[in-house]
Amino acid sequence: MADKILMKGNEALAEAAIMAGCRHYFGYPITPQTEVAAYMAKRMPKIGGVFLQAESEIAAINMVIGAAAAGKRAMTSSSSPGISLKSEGISYMAGCDLPALIVNVQRGGPGLGGIQPSQSDYFQATCGGGHGDFHLLVLAPSSVQEMADLVAKGFDLAEKYRMPCMLLADGTMGQMMEPVSLEETKQEACEKPWALTGTKGERKPNIINSLALQPQELEQWNEDRFKRYEIVKENEQMAESYLMDDAEYCVVAFGIAARVSQNAVDAARAKGIKVGMIRPITLWPFPEKVLKEAADKCKAFLSVELNMGQMIKDVKLAIDCKKPVDLCYRTGGMIPSPEEVLAAIEKMQKEGK
Amino acid sequence: METRRITLLAGHYGSGKTNIAVNFALYLAGQGKQVTLADMDIVNPYYRAKDSAAEMEKAGVKMIASLYANSNVDVPALPQEMYAVTEDKARYAVLDVGGDDRGALALGRYAPEILKENDFHMIYVFNASRPLSRRAEDALEIMKEIEVAGGVPFTAIVNNTNLGKETTWETVTASMEEANKLSQISGLPLLFTAVEESVLPINERENEQYFPLKLQKTIW
Repeated sequence: MADKILMKGNEALAEAAIMAGCRHYFGYPITPQTEVAAYMAKRMPKIGGVFLQAESEIAAINMVIGAAAAGKRAMTSSSSPGISLKSEGISYMAGCDLPALIVNVQRGGPGLGGIQPSQSDYFQATCGGGHGDFHLLVLAPSSVQEMADLVAKGFDLAEKYRMPCMLLADGTMGQMMEPVSLEETKQEACEKPWALTGTKGERKPNIINSLALQPQELEQWNEDRFKRYEIVKENEQMAESYLMDDAEYCVVAFGIAARVSQNAVDAARAKGIKVGMIRPITLWPFPEKVLKEAADKCKAFLSVELNMGQMIKDVKLAIDCKKPVDLCYRTGGMIPSPEEVLAAIEKMQKEGK
Repeated sequence: METRRITLLAGHYGSGKTNIAVNFALYLAGQGKQVTLADMDIVNPYYRAKDSAAEMEKAGVKMIASLYANSNVDVPALPQEMYAVTEDKARYAVLDVGGDDRGALALGRYAPEILKENDFHMIYVFNASRPLSRRAEDALEIMKEIEVAGGVPFTAIVNNTNLGKETTWETVTASMEEANKLSQISGLPLLFTAVEESVLPINERENEQYFPLKLQKTIW
């Protein structure tokens, strides 16, 4: 085990990216993720990497496209309004089948919204994140350690499946300080025969492009891409189950909402309510398998979110609406207290009887 | 402990300046002094001194903070009443300066008055668990940058080495060598070592070398 150090989530993910072999970071400052850029600005020059503060979010994502096309591990980071600006580039990357890591440390929206934490970009992240038929891999950490761990995982998955990966955190995750242990991760060897690395006169040029001249061709690309998405859905669902073995009720929450909810679950257990929690770690692919299993055992579900109710739709789809699903939420930068979640659990139990 | 009218807490961001400032203000108030706690942070969006506003009010500590602290906007503005810190010499003042040199920039506006009165402790908060300032040499570099930006020279060091909720007594004792080294190479006294109260062993509670900290509870 490496020595533990105290880090902000934003710093931890930045250092984790460096340790995972990322040497190309392109960004633009925005609260509450500015520490990522600040950290990269300090570290990258010392290790021969590239830190570039672009003139805009749009420029930054297009630089990521260039570096990714050249076969490099590239990343960018921003917060909600900045991610909206990047969405054109994200769609182009999906269309070009390029791997990269995009970090969204969410703040309240819509519009300029506010700088306090939020999970209201769930739809944007999981339903594509730009125009066209596509998906992003979406990973949702719930501790500073996991912020770091999921960075390497995200790069590996992105390269394995040739798709952009989004680390979907929130302002609390980015700003909170917790002890972390950072270790050099073994990079999964991933050949990139498609990368634009120069032909050296020995092969035909590779072409990276999202424009199809014929509609039949574009249709085929989309069909092929969605076949790949099916493999991702089959193999890469990740979730953590907490006290689910004998649970009659199930809380579903990710990120900071899961941290608060876990305290509420403990409080409910102390009152004799048999409740557990499923914490999705991959939001896309959504952990349907574990939820389907829970639907056979549990009487009701409670989705806890920092938005007006977005993930709840995926919960209902995952369990085929077999059981009632309640919503407990705060929005605008507010976080539900454990007491609020506990009250929602008690309400669910009362109505579920 | 020797106290001066103005105590400034500065250092690398995330070193624990705010927690020390809040606890130090309470410590002074506990001695019957009239105390003002001023949040001078113009960088950090979350986890501000204002989180302890209710506790400060209860202890009779006057709080000066930006109207926009803990709000939904990024407005690096300080309120007009911040001038009271240097003007009202009947009160003790604890200043929570923003992190790094960027955070200390705002201090420059008040530096001439602070230097003129010359009754201050400018304290560097050292945390050996923070990745970019673990070594005394790195900390000294940050100290110099802060002095240039804030215009107030450091007069003392506080060791606040911690690992958040995973801090043990071992975390603290293991950091003493580096903290003493920083004291040595900077030529400044180590004023105290701050330790979360539940981590501080009973037999060390009377030891003035250690300063017990009460920390805010989180909901997660």
